[in-house]
Amino acid sequence: MSRIENKFKDLRSKNQKALIAYIMAGFPSEKDTLSAVRGLVRGGADIIELGMPFSDPLADGPVIQNAGFQALQKGMNLEKFLGLVKKIRKETDIPLVLMTYTNILFRHGYAKFISIVKNAGIDGLILPDMSINESKDFLQAAKKNKMDTIFLISPNTSQDRIKKIAGSSSGFLYLVSVFGTTGGQQQFQNYTTDAIKNAKKTLGGKIPLGVGFGVSNPEQAKFIIKSGADAIIVGSAFLRLMESTSPEKIESKIGSFAASLKKVTITE
Amino acid sequence: MKLRYPKNGRFGEFGGRYIPETIVPAVEELEQAYLKYKDNAEFKKELHYYLTQYAGRPTPLYLAKNLTKFAGGAKIYLKREDLLHGGAHKINNTLGQALLAKRMKKKRIIAETGAGQHGVATAMACAALGLDGEVYMGYKDTQRQKLNVFRMNLLGSKVHPVKEGTQTLKDAINEAIRDWITNVKSTYYLLGSAVGPHPYPVMVRDFQSVIGDEILVQMKKLEKKSPDSVVACVGGGSNAIGTFYPLIDEDTKMFGVEAGGEGIKSGHHSATLVGGSKGVLHGMMTYLLQDKEGQISETHSVSAGLDYPGVGPEHSYLKDAKRVKYDAVNDKEAVEAFLLLSKQEGIIPALESAHAIAYAVKMARNMPKSESIVVTLSGRGDKDVEEVGRYLSKNVKNRK
Repeated sequence: MSRIENKFKDLRSKNQKALIAYIMAGFPSEKDTLSAVRGLVRGGADIIELGMPFSDPLADGPVIQNAGFQALQKGMNLEKFLGLVKKIRKETDIPLVLMTYTNILFRHGYAKFISIVKNAGIDGLILPDMSINESKDFLQAAKKNKMDTIFLISPNTSQDRIKKIAGSSSGFLYLVSVFGTTGGQQQFQNYTTDAIKNAKKTLGGKIPLGVGFGVSNPEQAKFIIKSGADAIIVGSAFLRLMESTSPEKIESKIGSFAASLKKVTITE
Repeated sequence: MKLRYPKNGRFGEFGGRYIPETIVPAVEELEQAYLKYKDNAEFKKELHYYLTQYAGRPTPLYLAKNLTKFAGGAKIYLKREDLLHGGAHKINNTLGQALLAKRMKKKRIIAETGAGQHGVATAMACAALGLDGEVYMGYKDTQRQKLNVFRMNLLGSKVHPVKEGTQTLKDAINEAIRDWITNVKSTYYLLGSAVGPHPYPVMVRDFQSVIGDEILVQMKKLEKKSPDSVVACVGGGSNAIGTFYPLIDEDTKMFGVEAGGEGIKSGHHSATLVGGSKGVLHGMMTYLLQDKEGQISETHSVSAGLDYPGVGPEHSYLKDAKRVKYDAVNDKEAVEAFLLLSKQEGIIPALESAHAIAYAVKMARNMPKSESIVVTLSGRGDKDVEEVGRYLSKNVKNRK
C-alpha cells in the first residue's frame, strides 16, 4: 500500500477528511519551502503537493504562475528539486505529491524522471495537461516505479469518462471544483456541489476524491467537505500567505493557517 | 504520406491531445462538429461564398519577373495571399472556423495573435458573421504591431494585452486556453495556426489547403506541370502546411523557412525544426525550443508572427519523414528581402513572408531557368513598415 493510500485509510479510521496543501518548490526560496513544509506538518496537513515550476503553466491562475516564475528565476530545476525532497524526507514521512506539466517529465524521459523522483521520496504525480488518452507510456513508467498517478476530472466530465480516468488513477482522484484556473476565489455555485456528489456516486468508494482549485479558506473548505469530498486541496492561498510573510514567520503562519483548515476536516 | 484525418490526431508520433480535463468535452464537441460539417455541401457552399465574395479568392499566382531576373535562375512565382481581405492568408481559416462556431451555436469567439494578422482576420470574420470577438496578444507584440491592435478595435473586437511570461505569441495562447477553461461552455476558441490539440492542426490545415489547391491548378495552366519547388515561411506553420499538403503526392520539392533571428548559434531565434527537440506544449507533441530541463525557451525574431517556440505537429512529421526540408533565414536576410521585393516588384511583403522570399532568391540562383519556384507570400507588409524602420536605424547605429 502506498503512503497516500495508507494516509487515507488512516484518516478514514479516525473519521477525518484529508487536508492537501500545495506549495511551489523554490518559492519564494528553497529555504522558505522547507519552512512551509514544517509549518504544514505542524498544522496537520495530511499530504503535501510540491509544485515544480514550468515556463508555461496553462492550467494555473496568476498566483501559481507568479510563484513558478519566481522559482524558475532563482534556478529551480530537477537537481535542486530532488535535493529539496531529500531534505524534507529526513524530517517527515508525510506523503509527497509532485505537481508539474507533462513536458518536464517528457524531456527527461518518463521512466527516468519517475524513477529518480520516486527514489528521492515522491509518492504521486499530478500533471494537469496529461490526458488519459495520451498516458500509456507515462502510466507504464509510473506502474513500474510504484508511483501513484493522480489524474484530474472536471465538473463537465461525463460519468463514463470519470470511470475511465479513475481506472488509471491511484492514491486519489482530483476534482477541479470550478470552471477556471487555480486560485480563483469566487463563491462556489451549485454546479460544484453537483459535481462532487456526481463524482462520489460514480466512483462508488473505489478511490478517494480530492477537490481543489479555488478553495482558499475554512468556510469554503467546509462547504466542499459537506458536499462529500474526501480531501480538500488548497494551493494559491498558501502561496499568497507565504508571499506576504517574512521568512522567519513562514513556519508559524503557514502552520496556523493549515491548522484552521485541518480543523474543518475533522468531522467528529 | 498524406495523412487526411490521422487517428487520434497523431502524425506519426507527433500531435495528440495533451490538455486539461476541463476542455476535453469542448475539444471533443469541436471534433464532432468538424467531422459533421467538413464535407457538408451547404457548409462548403457558404464557406466558398465568403472566400470568394468577401475575402477575394482565388488569389493570383504572379510571375515575379524582376525578382526572377535579379536572382538569375529559376522562375519565381508569388502566391499572392497578401491580396486577401485583411492582407494575409489568415482569413481562409477564420472564415472556416467562424462558420463552424456559428453552427455550434457559440457566439463568443476568443483567439490569440502574434503579429496581429490572425487577430485582425478573426475580428473581420466575427464582424461579418455577427459574432463577439476577443483577442489575446502578447504585450510586447501589441507594442511592435500597434496598427493591428487599432484595426482589431475598429473591427469591433476586444484586445487583451498579455503581460505574463515572454509577452509574445506563446503567452497569448496560454492566456486564451485559460480563458477557454474558464468559459468553456459559451466560448469557441478560434486557433490561428496549425498547432494545438487535435483536431486543430488538421482543421486549420484543411482550411488553409485552398492555397496549395489553387497553386496546383494555376501552375498546371501556366507551366503545364506542378511546381518544381515551393517555399513558405513557418512559425506555427499554417500558410506552409496549406501550401504543402495538397502537393505532398506531387513531384515537388518543398521548403519550410523558419526565423533564424540573430543566427541559430546565437540562441536568439525561433527556428524550432532546425534547432529544436521533441516535447509537449499547447496540447501537442511536436518539436520545441526548450532547455535541457524542459522549460520553453525565449524565442526571437524580427517578425512577431514567427516568434513561437513550437510548430505544427504535421511539420514535425514531414521533417522526420524527410518530405519537406526546413531551414532558417535570419533577421538581416529577411529585412533585406523585405526591401528587395518592395523595390523590385512594388510589393511590400510581411516580414514573415520575407523569410520565404529571401530563401527562394538564394535557391533560384542555383536552379536552371527552365524550373520554377512558387513562394507563398502569406501576407502584406504594411504592418511591418515601422518595425523595419526601427531595425534599420538600430543596425545603422550599431555599425557606426
